[in-house]
Amino acid sequence: MRSRWLILVLVAVAIALPWGFYDWGHHRHAGFLISMLSQAGMMIILALSYNMLLGQAGLFSLCHATFFGIGGYAMVHFLNAAGKDELPLPMEVMPLLAGLSGLGLAILFGAMATKQRATAFAMITLGIGELMATAALMFHHFFGGEGGVTTDRMIDNSLFGLTYSSGIQVYYLIVAWTLIAVALMYYLTLTPLGRMANATRDNYERAQFIGYDPRMVRFIQFALSGFFAGIGGGLYAITYEIVTFDALAAPLSANALLMAYIGGTTVFGGPILGAILITLLQSGVSLLSNSWLVYVGVMFIAMVIFAPSGLAGIIQAHGPIKRAGRLGRLTLPYLRLVLPALALLLGFVGLVELMSFLTIGAAQGKKLVLFGNAIDVHATMPWVISAASLVWGAVWLRFAAAGFHRVWENLSAEVRR
Amino acid sequence: MTALSLRDVRKNFGATEIIRGVTLDIAPSERHCIIGPNGAGKTTCFNLISGRFPISSGEILLNGQRIDTLQPHKINRLGLSRSFQITSIFHRLSVFENLRCALLWSRGYRYSFWSPLWRQKALNEAAERLLEDLNLATRRDIMAGLLSYAEQRALEIGMTIAGGASVILLDEPTAGMSNTETDYAMALIRRVTQGKTLLMVEHDMKVVFDLADTITVLVYGQVIASGPPATVRANRAVQEAYLGALEE
Amino acid sequence: METLLISVLNGLVYGMLLFMLASGLTLIFSMMGVLNFAHASIYMLGAYLAFTISQFVGFFPALIIAPILCGLIGAAIEIWGLRRAHQNGHIAELLFTFGLVFIIQRVVQMTWGMLPMPYRVPPSLDFPLFVLYGSNFPAYRGFMLLISAAMLLSTWLLLKKTRVGLIIQAALTHPHMVSALGHNVPRVFTTVFAGGCLLAGLAGVIGGNYQTTEPGMADSMGPIVFVVVVFGGLGSLAGCFVASIVMGMIQTFAVVIDYSVADVLRPLGLAISGDTLLTEVLTVPVARIGALLPFVMMVTILFFRPRGLMGTRDT
Repeated sequence: MRSRWLILVLVAVAIALPWGFYDWGHHRHAGFLISMLSQAGMMIILALSYNMLLGQAGLFSLCHATFFGIGGYAMVHFLNAAGKDELPLPMEVMPLLAGLSGLGLAILFGAMATKQRATAFAMITLGIGELMATAALMFHHFFGGEGGVTTDRMIDNSLFGLTYSSGIQVYYLIVAWTLIAVALMYYLTLTPLGRMANATRDNYERAQFIGYDPRMVRFIQFALSGFFAGIGGGLYAITYEIVTFDALAAPLSANALLMAYIGGTTVFGGPILGAILITLLQSGVSLLSNSWLVYVGVMFIAMVIFAPSGLAGIIQAHGPIKRAGRLGRLTLPYLRLVLPALALLLGFVGLVELMSFLTIGAAQGKKLVLFGNAIDVHATMPWVISAASLVWGAVWLRFAAAGFHRVWENLSAEVRR
Repeated sequence: MTALSLRDVRKNFGATEIIRGVTLDIAPSERHCIIGPNGAGKTTCFNLISGRFPISSGEILLNGQRIDTLQPHKINRLGLSRSFQITSIFHRLSVFENLRCALLWSRGYRYSFWSPLWRQKALNEAAERLLEDLNLATRRDIMAGLLSYAEQRALEIGMTIAGGASVILLDEPTAGMSNTETDYAMALIRRVTQGKTLLMVEHDMKVVFDLADTITVLVYGQVIASGPPATVRANRAVQEAYLGALEE
Repeated sequence: METLLISVLNGLVYGMLLFMLASGLTLIFSMMGVLNFAHASIYMLGAYLAFTISQFVGFFPALIIAPILCGLIGAAIEIWGLRRAHQNGHIAELLFTFGLVFIIQRVVQMTWGMLPMPYRVPPSLDFPLFVLYGSNFPAYRGFMLLISAAMLLSTWLLLKKTRVGLIIQAALTHPHMVSALGHNVPRVFTTVFAGGCLLAGLAGVIGGNYQTTEPGMADSMGPIVFVVVVFGGLGSLAGCFVASIVMGMIQTFAVVIDYSVADVLRPLGLAISGDTLLTEVLTVPVARIGALLPFVMMVTILFFRPRGLMGTRDT
């Protein structure tokens, strides 16, 4: 019941947010916001469809962007055909075609990759991803080589008479398709296939002895996840009207993994959280800092080691305590963590930024400015302060975390009783 | 016609022959126990029958049909189901989901990604009934990995019989259980395998002689005796090779 | 003929370099069941470290110091990272090494900048070793061959003659037995991981000035090394060696083959014309798609032999 409200609120926010930043003086939408939200929509689809593999089927794939990208490339060609009146389909259903393109390719590659398990599966998908990215750079037909392919989304064919000339119209198209895709993916988790995907993740062998061919389960799951990734790619093509090999290269596949994992692979909504968070970081922090990927990388590794169930998993772990009405007793322990965590964070960020301004920043002619004061990255003081803050924060956090752990364990034990 | 037949089945791993020509006939609805010392090849036998490993030579027939070249899931679909000595369940799914998964194929859902599970009334009722049968109803929504050992063993048996297979292979279902737990598990096995062909590996002699219609003694990959409990008990070779050592 | 011989030598040089990376990867995988995604990142680190060290003390000390540093980094990664990730399961380990790729990449960029480093062949080795029919073979490549052959020999001796080597060998064939035998498995793991990283570091030292030392070198080398490992069969050192050499040859020869599929089909009476993706694929000369070949090979072999060339086990 509560999650139903959460969904409604999320949808309402997604619809209303652009108007909150509407520039009434100039009758203009905040372009930056809309492009960020659009990006978030596609990334939600990408991350969720990736989690159909990683979280739900236990498959560590490294070529997920391939299907996203192929959806994008296909979409460009569909739009071009539609622009020439060769494809009389309204814009609203075009993403479905992109999805089918993703599905087609995923059937082809899935047949090869799902023969393998665990590590070998990861390797093959890596190979497939590289194969497609390299091919996209080399062949001019279909992929357009390094320059990519371009299109014009104003095909003048819409169910609702929309032209899609403005970003806001495209944004609502993305919202609609994101909702459809998320709903379908959620539905899948409630079907025999979705459940058997979980089963093969937990115990590959046992699945065979209850009558299922685990390879077949994984193959279908893989193909379907390619379908959804393709829809995401189609939306990408509509939004940017250009698709280059970036849309199917390894960094995007890695991004899918990061979003899904950081958000939490064990909860259905986890990757949504991860996608929004990473998109925010990408659009926000990347403006401020060259090294946002370091932060994401460190966050990822910290998650792998300390919180393998991701952010959503952490939130979910509070469920039993909240139901017992004892969440309040965690407030103080949490507050005790804040200071050391901040110190650690500041120290770390300080060091990373100092270092990056020493090399990359210097090459770009940028200067590190903090609170209006330029900071000399060659001086000793900033380094010493950052390092001290890092070490002090780390040591303190260790003690504070141990205390928190004790409180947590006691509380969980109480709640279980 | 026999429910399950092994004809001169052999298996080698590298140069070592583990199963050295086993021939076995199990009649429908028979309760058949395999006993034998450690390393006799009992579990290997199960792995061969259920298709986990390929056999080296010989043939295995299920209801008259060759199954020794089939993959495990195909054998299962023909009506042979097995449990594992080391508990093998879907540890991150709930108890209910474990049982429901085990029911899916036999109820014809195949790889369906269109039928919503919550609407499958007959399926869900069957799973609930199974929960009751296994006395696990109170543990319905607990992750299977968090169950106690005996409960996991019960779940394992439940998953094995869920699909309605006519031939059931249980690999040491009572291993590691206390006396009361064993009694309970045996009552459960009796109840849920009624009218089915049961092939069981077991170490607890009390259980074996209590339950079995036929006992087969396997030593070093060969059958040294097979017959009704009384005959096997009286068999000199068996006494020397196996039972004698136990009774000391 | 002349280009053929030089190409064979060049292929051998590249192949041996690949093998130095791939063998470490295979050893780590066989022993610990983990495919270290960050292996090529360690290779990159080796090149950068060697560049910096050689600025102070010259190339030859760097040849020794940089790999040792890489080995130590490897040990640290194993002890403080991988071992903890191991508790969260197999996929967590893979993910952990995958995350390392990001971090090492960025740390390298932050420390040394985005531009290629002027890491050059030491002057004492910067001369043509011999001239063959007009084309010369640089002495440095000969040196690379020497180093990689020496490495090959010493690894082989280490595996055959030492106790740790015996345990590793046992792990190659019977991964589950070794831990059951009561060896100090964590320490062996650390040793193997550090050893693999040391090899990768060494490859970086001699590969860094053979190729270019730049932040993208891990990304370009990584996939090729993984292809080699999968092509040869996961966990098989012999297969890994064959695959490395084959891959080295293919990469060098592809550059000089100016034929396309269409050229092969033409004498058979099949002319290809038109302007579609298919005809483009068929008419592109092999030289232009050299970078594609490793992946095509991998996908092909996995289609016909899922375990790779000489692989014996799945996973």
